[in-house]
Amino acid sequence: MVQFLVHEKADTVGVATVDIKAGEIAKGLYMDTQDPVEVKALQDIPLGHKIALADHAAGGGVTKYGEDIGKVVQDIRPGEHVHTHNLKTRRW
Amino acid sequence: MSSLGTVWGYRRENGRVGIRNHVVILPLDDLSNSACEKVAYNVKGCKAIPHAYGRLQFGKDLQLFFRTLIGTGANPNVAAVVVIGIEPEWTNIIVDGIAETGKPVAGFSIERFGEFKTVEMASWKAYEFIQWASEQKREEVNLKDVWVSTKCGESDTTSGLASNPTVGNVFDKLVEAGATCSFGETSEITGGEHWCKARAATPEVGEAFMRIFNDYQEMIDRNKTDDLSGSQPTKGNIRGGLTTIEEKALGNLQKIGKKCRYVGCLDKAEAPTGPGLWFMDTSSAAAEAVTLWAAAGFVAHLFPTGQGNIIGNPIEPVIKLSANPLTCSTMKEHIDYDCSAILRGEMTLDQSGDGLLELLKRVCNGRLTAQEILGHEEYVLTKLYESA
Repeated sequence: MVQFLVHEKADTVGVATVDIKAGEIAKGLYMDTQDPVEVKALQDIPLGHKIALADHAAGGGVTKYGEDIGKVVQDIRPGEHVHTHNLKTRRW
Repeated sequence: MSSLGTVWGYRRENGRVGIRNHVVILPLDDLSNSACEKVAYNVKGCKAIPHAYGRLQFGKDLQLFFRTLIGTGANPNVAAVVVIGIEPEWTNIIVDGIAETGKPVAGFSIERFGEFKTVEMASWKAYEFIQWASEQKREEVNLKDVWVSTKCGESDTTSGLASNPTVGNVFDKLVEAGATCSFGETSEITGGEHWCKARAATPEVGEAFMRIFNDYQEMIDRNKTDDLSGSQPTKGNIRGGLTTIEEKALGNLQKIGKKCRYVGCLDKAEAPTGPGLWFMDTSSAAAEAVTLWAAAGFVAHLFPTGQGNIIGNPIEPVIKLSANPLTCSTMKEHIDYDCSAILRGEMTLDQSGDGLLELLKRVCNGRLTAQEILGHEEYVLTKLYESA
């Protein structure tokens, strides 16, 4: 069963389509290529929340829909929860 | 051009197609809400639409107010209108504006009569209108003649994955068939404005969009006290997993599909002048925006939600869809269309679009939406600035 979806191959995060538990090897799917992907969840990722698929250094960006969606304010490892604590808007 | 078949609608005096047959008791101003509600109590089947404004507005704000009220009465989902205001002059501006459609409309003013006498006179007129309207017959019309608007609300990441692209799939099909459709939410395109600009039918239309977009950004910059992270994304968006306005905007724009291009930009509550997809400059607050589309003449609204926005409109039926399985199970009475099967890989976007299109047809034919059954009638006027 797929536990997270990734919009595009270039994306650095996936979206949990079920609640994912810390320690699980989560199974995902790239929606554009239909390629499978796996990542070990380091934290609980609730349904609808983002799971990191790559290392993100503070100051860099997160890619979703193939586009930049904000600036990283705290280093993020693959499998970690990506949300307001480590990602901020570049606007306003 | 593909055909999407026919539905049963009401052909109005001006040729436009409606899918509902309301007799509206419309207050000119806040002071006249009470009289309108009394008339709607006296005469069953009528619908009062109370609101908070209509006094001492001026300039562009007053123009928008008149356009919104006239547009509400002129909407093809409305068979006839009784307007009640505190004084006759502005009341007659609304009456005359609605009368241009050719539909029955009458105005009453409270000064020099008092509320009791006004309610009695207006009730007799409403009685006449509702009996007349009750004999109007539905006729077979092309689905493409049903004007459809869209905006999303309380979005989450499932909106961008499935419910918004489902609407996008429907919009691609409707616009290809020659329908009139609209999207907006100017502020909520922040971070995806380059995508939106690129979807204009011509470079000029794209530039017109960017001017509207930049004006809205300036308004936000002028008035903000922080980075808006307390308002946009909303607390509901954040709870659902959306983190930044950029992420929300890219998900939002999935509603305009992959193929259709917008042919022009509309001011708030402004009616389109031909078929195709139209961008309308609106806020991203659900009730404000849907009120503007209803006033522009749109008769059905597709509303994807993630966390479960429960909005409705008094005259433009709002069809709600969600792909969030938690929302579909815990807020079942608010959701018309569950597309969570997309997330489980059990339904394609194209199948989901076809399913929503079929539901749209049933709503056109008279099926009540969740919002109509629950009585959600959030009529919210957009106010541009303080009154004089």
